[in-house]
Amino acid sequence: MEGPIRAREALALTLFSLLFFLSRSSALHDLLISNAERRIDLSSHIVKVYLTLKVENAGSSPASEVVLAFPPSQVDHLATVEALATKGKRKKTTFVRLEVKPTELPDAPNDTKYFTIYLANPLNSAESITLEVLYMLTHSLEPFPAEIGQSESQLVYYRDSALVLSPYHIKQQTTFIKTPSTKVDSFTRVEPTNRAGTEIKYGPYEDHTPYSFSAILVHFENNSPFAVVEELVREVEISHWGNLQVTEQYKLVHAGARHKGVFSRYLLARLPPRVHSVYYRDEIGNISSSHLRTDSRKSELEIEPRYPLFGGWKATFVIGYGLPLQDFLFESSEDRRYVNFTFGCPLMETVVDKLTIKVVLPEGSKDPSAVVPFPVDQHLETKYSYLDVVGRTVVVLEKKNVVPGHNSHFQAVLFCPN
Amino acid sequence: MSSMISSDLLKPFKLKTKQQELLIRVSILCLVYILAFITRLFSVLRYESMIHEFDPYFNYRTTLYLTQNGFYDFWNWFDSESWYPLGRIIGGTLYPGLMVTAALIYRLLHFLRFAVHIREVCVLTAPFFASNTTLVAYFFGKEIWDSGAGLVAAILIAVCPGYISRSVAGSYDNEGVAIFALLFTFYLFVKAVNTGSLAWGLASAFGYFYMVSAWGGYVFIINLIPLYVLVLLITGRYSMRLYVAYNCMYILGMLLAMQIRFVGFQHVQSGEHMAAMGVFFLMQVFYFLDWVKHMLSDTKLFQAFLKITVTFAVAVGAVALGVGMVSGYISPWTGRFYSLLDPTYAKDHIPIIASVSEHQPTAWSSFMFDFHILLFLFPAGLYFCFKRLSDATIFIVMYGLTSLYFAGVMVRLILVATPAVCLISAIAVSATVKNLTVLLRSKNKVVQTGSTKGTSSGKASSKASLDQSQPFQKNGAMALLFGAFYLLSKYATHCTWVTSEAYSSPSIVLAARGAHGNRVIFDDYREAYFWLRQNTPPDAKVMSWWDYGYQITAMGNRTVIVDNNTWNNTHIATVGRAMSSYEDEAYEIMRSLDVDYVLVVFGGVTGYSSDDINKFLWMVRIGGGVFPVIREPDYLVNGEYRVDKGAAPKMLNCLMYKLSYYRFGELVTEYGRPPGYDRARGVEIGNKDIKLEHLEEAFTTSNWIVRIYKVKPPNNRW
Repeated sequence: MEGPIRAREALALTLFSLLFFLSRSSALHDLLISNAERRIDLSSHIVKVYLTLKVENAGSSPASEVVLAFPPSQVDHLATVEALATKGKRKKTTFVRLEVKPTELPDAPNDTKYFTIYLANPLNSAESITLEVLYMLTHSLEPFPAEIGQSESQLVYYRDSALVLSPYHIKQQTTFIKTPSTKVDSFTRVEPTNRAGTEIKYGPYEDHTPYSFSAILVHFENNSPFAVVEELVREVEISHWGNLQVTEQYKLVHAGARHKGVFSRYLLARLPPRVHSVYYRDEIGNISSSHLRTDSRKSELEIEPRYPLFGGWKATFVIGYGLPLQDFLFESSEDRRYVNFTFGCPLMETVVDKLTIKVVLPEGSKDPSAVVPFPVDQHLETKYSYLDVVGRTVVVLEKKNVVPGHNSHFQAVLFCPN
Repeated sequence: MSSMISSDLLKPFKLKTKQQELLIRVSILCLVYILAFITRLFSVLRYESMIHEFDPYFNYRTTLYLTQNGFYDFWNWFDSESWYPLGRIIGGTLYPGLMVTAALIYRLLHFLRFAVHIREVCVLTAPFFASNTTLVAYFFGKEIWDSGAGLVAAILIAVCPGYISRSVAGSYDNEGVAIFALLFTFYLFVKAVNTGSLAWGLASAFGYFYMVSAWGGYVFIINLIPLYVLVLLITGRYSMRLYVAYNCMYILGMLLAMQIRFVGFQHVQSGEHMAAMGVFFLMQVFYFLDWVKHMLSDTKLFQAFLKITVTFAVAVGAVALGVGMVSGYISPWTGRFYSLLDPTYAKDHIPIIASVSEHQPTAWSSFMFDFHILLFLFPAGLYFCFKRLSDATIFIVMYGLTSLYFAGVMVRLILVATPAVCLISAIAVSATVKNLTVLLRSKNKVVQTGSTKGTSSGKASSKASLDQSQPFQKNGAMALLFGAFYLLSKYATHCTWVTSEAYSSPSIVLAARGAHGNRVIFDDYREAYFWLRQNTPPDAKVMSWWDYGYQITAMGNRTVIVDNNTWNNTHIATVGRAMSSYEDEAYEIMRSLDVDYVLVVFGGVTGYSSDDINKFLWMVRIGGGVFPVIREPDYLVNGEYRVDKGAAPKMLNCLMYKLSYYRFGELVTEYGRPPGYDRARGVEIGNKDIKLEHLEEAFTTSNWIVRIYKVKPPNNRW
């Protein structure tokens, strides 16, 4: 008895919310997307989506924000959303980075999640603006079949919609899906659909109402290693003696099809220049298979896990290195010093599910804080190390779902009372 | 000579001779202390700071547990990760001395704000205690001879390979602290005998307690000391000092030792400890007789009384022992003890003891390897000891002779003999050098006294300079001094060479020379263990031969069926039986033990010779010892063990053979050889077409040294 009632309730709720939504859609301003072009890059295991939106203000009042919508299944895997506004035309185009923040809108249909882009200048009535949106998805390729043999290649599923999900009316839209090779097993057709080489073109589609959705499934070959760091703890220890000691604890997993697909044995870590005393070990000792190449601009550490990582296998290890402190420590006014360090994972082309950065400040530092260009969780800890009496203050930064796009600098501000 | 040099240097300080001597002595001791430590660091510098071999991994794991969970949890720890499904009561079956020592050092360092990892503490515990042993050797040498002999003893023991073999950095084993404890206890006891002081007796009781807590070798102390006391009694050297020292040491030491759960009431219940108790009662009888003799002035009466008392005492003792034995209150001697007294015993009766390489009788070459010139200096030292017989020298002579006998029975007991050999040799060196220098430095007028002494001892030790006229005597002494110097420097280079070449490899990481002279590292063990740790379910049970049990639990963090604590012979025999059965029979056994993974060590690709195929006959023997189904001749052809085409059919199809050589027939290991050429045994294998029915290959390391197989679940019946 309970089941049908619930279903009916849900249906009623949806209908109600849709009705309600239509009635209050003016809150989203009367914006209109005259043209949307989406390019989905599936060549690695990090899905990169470039979305070009031409937004038009069809209402009467100026609009200062544009809302992006994502289906709930994608939001969990969303690593980063960036938006740029283009100015000027043709060769003189310049890009302005816009602020993007997740927002909650009431009565979102089907649990749609939103991100709001805050425009630099309000969009006046009848004006239009071109926005470039880049977002990255992790864990969005599902290996199918889940278990494969050694000689077979890995096939994966990618699920999305042929239509761009948007709270606005879209006049015209096209979606391009780029696969790593021409080997595409199957893909959903939503006419007009074209496939040429490594590209599948959906559209152009004309005039779709808000929240239009048309599920598609692409089954294609992707043999790139699915290197996923489940957890990475980077500890940056600042020493009074001119050294910056970095210790990085990795929990690496090959998230590809189970068992047979081999991870390329080598992983490449980009480290800052002038790195010294590098070590690479795990809980039971040193791992002898690593090479370090250094030049004046960067250092490259080539590491090999203890054993080749087949799909589903895990490995944990620690990389540690020292850096000269003067490369990273800067002085600002009022006796404050700050450390400028890279956020993100030094391993190339990896997804980090959970990244923790611990900045261990010298003993006696007061009121530290960190400035990071994107939202992270922050808190303070105390750590005891060699010859410590009161313990060192540790600024802990935590972020989930980190992709190489997050490798920007952040500042930890510390105060030295001397 | 050295004092002359230093007196030149130190002129401005104007030290008195005695102060100079003290300064030199202290600085030599400091240098020796440092030397003993750093000569053991080869493995850390060449490989890394890591735990070596097999047993140390268990010790490391328990120490880790101790530091993480505290002493009480450690003491009451029931380990379900080993000896599945039996488990092991860790607190009651180990000697906790080493772990507690390391944990205390760790706590102390952390209290002093040194944030070291417990692994570093464990790695460096053995060298640290070796350094302390040199100090004890100095004081011991000083006690039995003079400070010169003490210094020489400290230097000799600091670098002696017999000791280094068990105390390099990373060999975190009981012996590392136990040799220190052993020598320390002996020193304190000798000191107590020499002084008759209750304080020293008490100290030796505590030393004994530490030794009991650290190593099963304490049985040596509890038998040697009564034997020594007995010898003193027989030779008429009974004294009040001896009475005080022995009684205090025995009673308190026994009570303290009972606090160690693993030892428990053995001091009063086990046959191995009965000698000490017998001597204890004998002492009382002796004392009583002494008192009676003192009271009775009549010798005839006393003789009669003596007869009655001695007969009575012996009779009571014999009856008590007999009743104890029969009623089972006193346990008979254990197999290990028997195998010490009778070297052939283990071979016939306990294959599990005989299968361990360090329990083999010692070859002459390893004596030479481990002692070098000490082997020649030892008899010379004995001569000096006999020449100046005292309570202390009798002790060191007895210690030397008994331990040397045991060293001959078992390779690993060379370790116990090393301190004695070093001390006695130090006496020889010190006495010879002293006599020679006295001869050299003596002006003509002193020649009469010094020279006669000097030549005689010089003769005894080197047999080179015979009676010569005065002018040549000095030259002869000079030559002998140079000879001694040459020998000692040879000793130093030999020790360093042995340490660097033979005793500093962790055995868990193998190093070899590549084709171009570069160093190739085989890190397969850790590769496999880490794979187990990361990619198998946390409750997976791993079956392997017992050698690898400790390493799998410590590094792989997985449950094992048997490990190096060979307490249950039947369980080990079951594993041996599984390994030597056909696959379907083995599958039944493995199912009954809930085995999920089977791990074998295989050297056929790399030519690593201590692999499971070479150990296989021991598995057959141990398995066959309990299960008569397994018969050794089934695996041999005309008494010959082979793996090629001519091998026995049972051999070619047993589980161990299959697991070792699975898919090996496809592999070309050496250029110009047929595929399936086993480099460890130098033959082409006999069964190249191996099919596995109930197992599947799960992981093989890069050099094939460790191979892990997964036991498949049973087939569906329908």
